Amino acid sequence: MNFKTKPRSKWRRGFRILIAPAQCPIRAVQLLFFAGSLLLLAGCTRNEPRADLVIVNGAEPQSLDPAIMTGEPDLRVVTSIFEGLTRLDPTNALPIPGLASNWDISADQKVYTFHMRTNLVWSTGEPLTADDVIYSWLRALNPETASDYAGQLYFLKNGEEYNTGVIKDPSLVGCKALDRYTVRAELKNPTAFFLDLCAFPTLLTVPRQTIEKYGDRWLSARPLPSSGPYELVAWRVNDKIRVRKNERYWDAANTKLGLVDFLAIASAPVALNLYETGAADVVWDKDLVPTELMDVLSKRPDFHSFSELGTYFVLMNTTRKPFDDPRVRQALALVVDKDRIIRKIIKQGGIPADSLTPPGLARYQSPKGLGYDPEKARRLLAEAGYPGGKGFPRVQYIFNAPAGGAAVPHEKIGVELQQMWHDELGIEVELRQLEWGTYLSAESHLDYDMGRASWIGDYNDADTFLNLYLSDNGNNRTGWKSEVYDKLLQSADEQLDPVAREKIFQKAEAMLIRDAVPIIPLYYYVGLNYFDDRKIKGIHNNVLDQHPVNFIWKVKTPPATGAVQSPGMATVQLIETR
Amino acid sequence: MYFVRRILFMFPLLVAISLSSFLLMHAAPGNPFDKERKPASPQIERNLRKKYHADEPLWEQYLRYLGVGWKHDEQGRLHWFQGGLIRGDFGPSLKNRDHSVNDLIAQGLPVSLPLGLLAFGFAMGLGLPLGFITAVKRGKWEDYAGSLLAILAVCIPGLVIGPLLLVIFAIHFRWFPVALWESPMHAVLPMIALGLYFAGKVARLMREGMLNVMQSEFITTARAKGMSENRLLLKHGVRIAILPVVSYAGPMLADLLTGSFVIESIFQIPGLGTPFVNASTGSDYCVVVGLVILYAVLLLGLNLVVDIAYVFLDPRVKYE
Amino acid sequence: MSDANVAESESSRPLPASPGRRAWRRFRHNRPAVISSWFLAVLLLVVLGWPALLAIAGHAGTAGKAFAEQHDPDALSEGQFQPPNVTHWFGTDVHGRDVFSRTLYGAQISLLVGAVGTLVSLIIGVTWGAVAGYLGGRWDSGLMRFVDILYSLPSIIFVIVLITTMEGFLKDWLAHRASAEWGKFARLLFLFFGLGAVSWLTMARIVRGQVLVLRNRSFVEASRVLGAGHRHILFRHILPNILGVVIVYLALTIPAIILYESFLSYLGLGIQPPMASWGSLIADGAGQINTIRVYWWLLVFPGAMLVSTLLALNYLGDGFRDAWDVRGDR
Repeated sequence: MNFKTKPRSKWRRGFRILIAPAQCPIRAVQLLFFAGSLLLLAGCTRNEPRADLVIVNGAEPQSLDPAIMTGEPDLRVVTSIFEGLTRLDPTNALPIPGLASNWDISADQKVYTFHMRTNLVWSTGEPLTADDVIYSWLRALNPETASDYAGQLYFLKNGEEYNTGVIKDPSLVGCKALDRYTVRAELKNPTAFFLDLCAFPTLLTVPRQTIEKYGDRWLSARPLPSSGPYELVAWRVNDKIRVRKNERYWDAANTKLGLVDFLAIASAPVALNLYETGAADVVWDKDLVPTELMDVLSKRPDFHSFSELGTYFVLMNTTRKPFDDPRVRQALALVVDKDRIIRKIIKQGGIPADSLTPPGLARYQSPKGLGYDPEKARRLLAEAGYPGGKGFPRVQYIFNAPAGGAAVPHEKIGVELQQMWHDELGIEVELRQLEWGTYLSAESHLDYDMGRASWIGDYNDADTFLNLYLSDNGNNRTGWKSEVYDKLLQSADEQLDPVAREKIFQKAEAMLIRDAVPIIPLYYYVGLNYFDDRKIKGIHNNVLDQHPVNFIWKVKTPPATGAVQSPGMATVQLIETR
Repeated sequence: MYFVRRILFMFPLLVAISLSSFLLMHAAPGNPFDKERKPASPQIERNLRKKYHADEPLWEQYLRYLGVGWKHDEQGRLHWFQGGLIRGDFGPSLKNRDHSVNDLIAQGLPVSLPLGLLAFGFAMGLGLPLGFITAVKRGKWEDYAGSLLAILAVCIPGLVIGPLLLVIFAIHFRWFPVALWESPMHAVLPMIALGLYFAGKVARLMREGMLNVMQSEFITTARAKGMSENRLLLKHGVRIAILPVVSYAGPMLADLLTGSFVIESIFQIPGLGTPFVNASTGSDYCVVVGLVILYAVLLLGLNLVVDIAYVFLDPRVKYE
Repeated sequence: MSDANVAESESSRPLPASPGRRAWRRFRHNRPAVISSWFLAVLLLVVLGWPALLAIAGHAGTAGKAFAEQHDPDALSEGQFQPPNVTHWFGTDVHGRDVFSRTLYGAQISLLVGAVGTLVSLIIGVTWGAVAGYLGGRWDSGLMRFVDILYSLPSIIFVIVLITTMEGFLKDWLAHRASAEWGKFARLLFLFFGLGAVSWLTMARIVRGQVLVLRNRSFVEASRVLGAGHRHILFRHILPNILGVVIVYLALTIPAIILYESFLSYLGLGIQPPMASWGSLIADGAGQINTIRVYWWLLVFPGAMLVSTLLALNYLGDGFRDAWDVRGDR
């Protein structure tokens, strides 16, 4: 008897041969090998050389367009690809010459004349002139660009008017290219930090030729013309951004690293694991340091901490009862034990805060805040009509959910605050975690009771913190308005003398944190990063936590033999010895 | 003919899926334009919304998304909608402003798909022989051990085994890299973490199928007629026994694709999972709708392939 | 049982037992299934009894109060990340909370989601399948075509989109209707209905198959001839006979839903703090993996509980299936 089944068609026969391995357990192992070869095939798609420096940069940048970007990780990449009239000194984050080699400031400090270098070219070879700078500034102010940080250019005359559509002609804005290599900026008021602003991403120089050709998709053009020390080679979302040294950069001789990778990792343990296994050389986003491991990490030599211009605070919605009474707000502020929060949760990642402005600001010393006084707090609360917390409504403290495993302390801080307010004042506060978009929306629309907030300084001047609480500032999410405060800041803007300006700012801030108290400052940020400073040089601690990549270099030989490459820079360089 | 009808039916189905996801995304509270730092003037936010046509009525936005229709602008000129879904343009991403959804798919799919296929191969390569052996050696120790392994594999989900593998093999022994997707070594742990559950499922299905077949009439007939046991089971039995596995292949691929979200999160793999979850929580409309449609297309297509394979495998099946 | 014994002692051959009894006997001989049912019973006891124990201890003097406080799943303490010790049997987590307690409270949520979600999928699936099988013809093919389509789509993606978009509405609605307290149950409700709504497909298919077979059986025909209406036939004849099948797939759907829920919790879309479920506990534990300190107890204990419960449920389901001698599609 013949049991050979005849396949009905040659198609079926062919198919059966294909699945032959499945018909035999021994040959089923072939499938495993098949999988193995697939593996090699799949994995072989990425055979790139390892970069000279691999940096874990934090969350994925939303945009690398200097006019549109807003986040810190975005800033770090953007400042390596594009440059402005000034750039920041890595040791102290003060402005030093960038595309402009020198500048003149008028007596009334309202007119700046920048003299650019004459040998500037884009990385693709076209000449870089003053017209490019003016184009970039006006593009950031153009209402159609919808730049979130256009406010940085409001210091220019007619800047705000052009951006809000009051005037339609960009040529009325106070910036002009006097000739091929000279830029003149006319300011509304004397702005002590204008040179810092010139190094800020919104004012960086972008390639007109590419933007006019590609429109919104200009960042996908390759090669992308770059005005900074590096050029963009590859950008893989949620993975990494690779930049390569721009040989046509005016200071290319002093740029040591050839290839740099910025990894987009938002989770602290993963960042640490990558660093420990040698897959990454530097981790420099403070959200990437797990606070639970702070006690172990802070003892290691490759861990660096330095004070930073950032504050973490609690917001109160002054348009809602009972927060419309300043006594209630002061009472809530007086019982917050900031030392305890630092000790338990933040550890080395913060410094207890007394004021809104952190220490280290140029030309400014913060005034004293309210301090810690539970007795006084109870008295105030009783005066406001809630003795012992009786009758105080049940309120909510909102905070945002951490994105992708980032080590954020919001919930833990909320839990501590809840306990403090309960134990000392007898009031019930409910914690509520919201998704990021909902949380932002709730705070913007004043649809909350109390919430967390933080602010990182954009430039090294008290103005960046204090102007938050102007009546019309969209970032003032408390609903607190004060004409007196507005007038004080206005007069500070017009003040030429830095000492007098400081006094006005101190008066305004004292009013904010002692009398009005729409916010409760909790702690100042401490910048944290880790890298082996015997091998990697050029990363310095500064208050803006900015570390331009072109100043970084790697030691070729071990420090024991003492052969360290010299950077050859004009500015002061700290040679670290062990 | 049946298959042609199925392909044709895909189009209205995709329209229905895209419309429902579109409506859901737009109905959600929270909008993608909220930033932690508010721009200096509310005008800027209005400009942004205008740029992305966020202030148009919903039906118009949907038509614009599809790429069909027209609109009169302020001067009364007629504009036909450019791009759109029918021309293969999935729209812009609002969270990654410099990339379009097509860019994100072009970057993420070549990572997610190989990962899924590798896990599929792993599941089949491990599950089929395991199921076969446990069925053939029923009642003996091979059966008990194998079945236990299979059921354990089904009960230890990827989100337990992934971190376990990570701790043991990547962190303790340092045999494999900890995260990312750079070389073949990076693919091993995620593949195992993703595929183990399905290997267990396949093994159990294969065992059940084989047991059914071994008791069926045509096998007993052939055995009575004197065919050798091994040849019998291998040549005839497996072909029928594998059918439940094949019909499970459809939903298995669906689960593989979604299971990869968690694996990608554990191993920080730049596939499509992370953008999808971020976009859903961040109200990034086009990314979500685009990825939903992509997954639907992928799976409907793969299911079609599976059904065609089923026809070849089972001579009793006929589609009219 | 006593009837069978009496029968056996009275006559030489045993009376034929009903299908239910036969199934029960088969089940009893399936050792893994029996062990699993004991395990689940003990688990339920512990999970339900532990909060009761804590509540009682809280009123039982100072020692009892201290015990209750230490083991309160929401109580913070200074002892962060303690490995398992005498006071905290499973160690503590980042806030100093007792992991043992949290695992048990998390078990409540996970099992609740599993049970209610399965109930939802049961209701939808049985209704759908029974209607399709009973009506037959074009209704049947239409309804089952819908099931086929849904089968091939990644439904969990729809659940993700549904949760992220609609939860806000439900929360507000609940906060308006009931108190703000109820708002935090919005997510839980979504999980119940969302997960149930993506898990009914297999049940529908199985039920439809069974109903198709039953519909043509002689006793149903006889019933129809005697003038019984559709409702009577459905409820008195058909549904009781598919009970066996339904129970089998019930036991197999619960672990699937628990898995789905832990999957969502891992992505941050499941249970929100301070409520915990096994999935969120595992996610927290997995999120702490680093090269410096391995907080293994955060991952191992909730993971082991999850795995053993799923194992027990699967063995139970297999046991049911073997006992009722059901051959399903899967």
